Amino acid sequence: MPVLEITQRIDARGLSCPMPIVKTAQAIRLLEPGSAIELLATDAGSVKDVAAWCRTTGNILVEQTSDGAVYRFVIRRK
Amino acid sequence: MTTETLTPFDPLADAVAALEGWPEAEEPVRGPVELPAPSTPAETRIRDLLIIDYSGDLEKVWATMILASTSAAMGVRTRVFVTFWGLQVFVKDSKRITGENWMQKMMSAMQRPGVSHRKLSKMNFFGMGPWMMGRLAKQYGVASPKELLEAAQELGVEFIPCQMTMDMFGLKPEDMIDGMGEPAGAATVIGLMTEDSTPLFI
Repeated sequence: MPVLEITQRIDARGLSCPMPIVKTAQAIRLLEPGSAIELLATDAGSVKDVAAWCRTTGNILVEQTSDGAVYRFVIRRK
Repeated sequence: MTTETLTPFDPLADAVAALEGWPEAEEPVRGPVELPAPSTPAETRIRDLLIIDYSGDLEKVWATMILASTSAAMGVRTRVFVTFWGLQVFVKDSKRITGENWMQKMMSAMQRPGVSHRKLSKMNFFGMGPWMMGRLAKQYGVASPKELLEAAQELGVEFIPCQMTMDMFGLKPEDMIDGMGEPAGAATVIGLMTEDSTPLFI
C-alpha cells in the first residue's frame, strides 16, 4: 500500500456523539481528494459511526487502531 | 479481514449458508485491524432527509439537532421544517418578548424563546432539570443544542420556518436566527415527503 500523507489531525477526544463525525465532515471538505486525516476519539460509539459515515459518504477508512482508551482512524477523502 | 465461520449448530443456518455463504464476522474493535479493501461507494442515490421539528422540548430539540447535523455530515441533503413549538427554538436567544398583540407577547413571556432556553417535558422542576442536564452534557462531552445547531447550519442544513405559525405567534423574520430558509407551508412539506425525502416527525 502506498504511504499516505496525513494532512490533518482532528482531536475529538472527550467529545460524544455526534461531534466526532460532525468535526470529521467539516474537516474533510477542505481536503484535497486523496489526502487523509487522522481522527482521534474516545467515544466508543465512534467505531461503528465512523464506519457507517465512510460507507455512506464514500470516503475510505484506511486504518483503525485503538489503545483501549483512544480510537484512532485514518480516513482518506474520496 | 478474517472471516470466521460461526459455530455451525443450526442445520437451517447451515443450509442457508450453503446457498448464500456465512455472514461476515464482526470486526474486532481493539488493536490494529486489517481492513477490507475499500469498497466502491454505493451507486444508489441517497434520499434526502426531512425532519419536522414540532416540539420545543429540550430533549426533542436535542434529538432534532443531533440527527440534522449528523445527516448533513453524512452528505445527506437535510431540511428541517420548524413549526409550532419548534419555531420558538429558532427565535434569537436574545429576544425576550415577541409578537404584536398582548396574547402573543404573553405567550413569549411565559415560555422564553431561543435554543438555549428550552424546558424538559418531564422533570423540568422550574429549570433545575435542564440545568442539571446541561451540567451532565458538559461533563460527558455532549454538544449543546446550540452548538449542534451551529454545526448543522455550517454543514448546510436548511431550516424552513412555518409561515402560518410565524403569523399566529406574531414572529417576524428579524426575530429569527440568521440563516433561516424561506418560510413555507404544509404543501411544501407534503411535497417533499412524497417525492424524495425520508420524513421524520419530532
